[in-house]
Amino acid sequence: MSDTQARVSAALGGVPHQFTSVLDGMPTLVVERDHLRACLLALQQNAGFEANTFVTAVDHFPAEPRFELAYQFLSYAHNDRVRVHTRVSESDAKVPTITDLWPGTSFSERECYDMFGIVFDGHPDLRRLLMPVGFEHHPLRKDYPHHGIEPDRLYRTWDRERRKEWNSAT
Amino acid sequence: MGSLKPVEGSGDLGFLATRADFLINWGRKNSLWPMPLGLSCCGIELMAMIGPKFDLARFGAEAARFSPRQCDLLIVAGTLTWKMATAVRTIYDQMPDPKWVIAMGVCSSSGGMYDSYAVVQGVDSILPVDVYVPGCPPRPDAVIDAIIKLQKQIEREDPLGRLIRGPQAKPDTGSGRLLFQENEGVAKSAVDKHAHDPESRTGRGQA
Repeated sequence: MSDTQARVSAALGGVPHQFTSVLDGMPTLVVERDHLRACLLALQQNAGFEANTFVTAVDHFPAEPRFELAYQFLSYAHNDRVRVHTRVSESDAKVPTITDLWPGTSFSERECYDMFGIVFDGHPDLRRLLMPVGFEHHPLRKDYPHHGIEPDRLYRTWDRERRKEWNSAT
Repeated sequence: MGSLKPVEGSGDLGFLATRADFLINWGRKNSLWPMPLGLSCCGIELMAMIGPKFDLARFGAEAARFSPRQCDLLIVAGTLTWKMATAVRTIYDQMPDPKWVIAMGVCSSSGGMYDSYAVVQGVDSILPVDVYVPGCPPRPDAVIDAIIKLQKQIEREDPLGRLIRGPQAKPDTGSGRLLFQENEGVAKSAVDKHAHDPESRTGRGQA
């Protein structure tokens, strides 16, 4: 057990968790969604992880639960990192936000919502980040066709309204 | 094609006789004002083309303006996404007639390597394109060659005929080569329908 694992285990106290091995050797926690918030709070308050590196997700379609959320945190004082994984299903793709703990995760969570459709409960401004307003799908889901579903629909809607306006004005 | 000829008997006054078509086209082709629309890496080559080494001023088209109201040549340089498409179409509509379009690079010509839900598969889906330039990105010489080809095309145009007979039937929306069929309000089940179906995954050939 590495120093980081020992420190994280001590910091987590009674929060149920288990360590898993990943290819790059980084200490990686697997927690249930119900214990995610308590786990991340303990990581920040007790284990000294001041910075969030990223929040993202992996789609394991068609396995269930299909989404695997991945958080990575960095401690400046100890110069180490820890990763936290949790699984959510498509029918209940909802996790608590951590924007109140690490304000910088706001954009990461918005991107994750945009691309995977995972709702971050309590996020102050959960809008799409990359895709245009009015876009209906979540493109990084594995069952989304890579050519998209009517990718020009928003443009065509805009174009039709514009021409109607132009024709009525002239 | 017309030509300039001295008028006999005009003496020292220096009159020249020519066709109005020729004179108008000559003026237009030698004073193209490009609207540089650098959307990605092609924009860098576009800057090099206007700069002193390749010197677009030799062909009279160096006066790049960043207001579409002052331009007559739209150079779409780079990857056009569907999110950007409305802005590009607005810019095109704001340019005064007559106007021409160069699709610079494979991304704007055909989508290029971005075979994706986010990228317009060729700007001729939304604009009438006059000259396509291959390359990723094309060398500045290639774009200058495109401008020379466009000048040759402008020479063949019929501005007085347009004035007398009304505008020729130039398609306003390009080839109209949109990839997908008109279908308002995509059902949520469309996601399931398209998933893992090799026929519908290709997306092409439906229109």
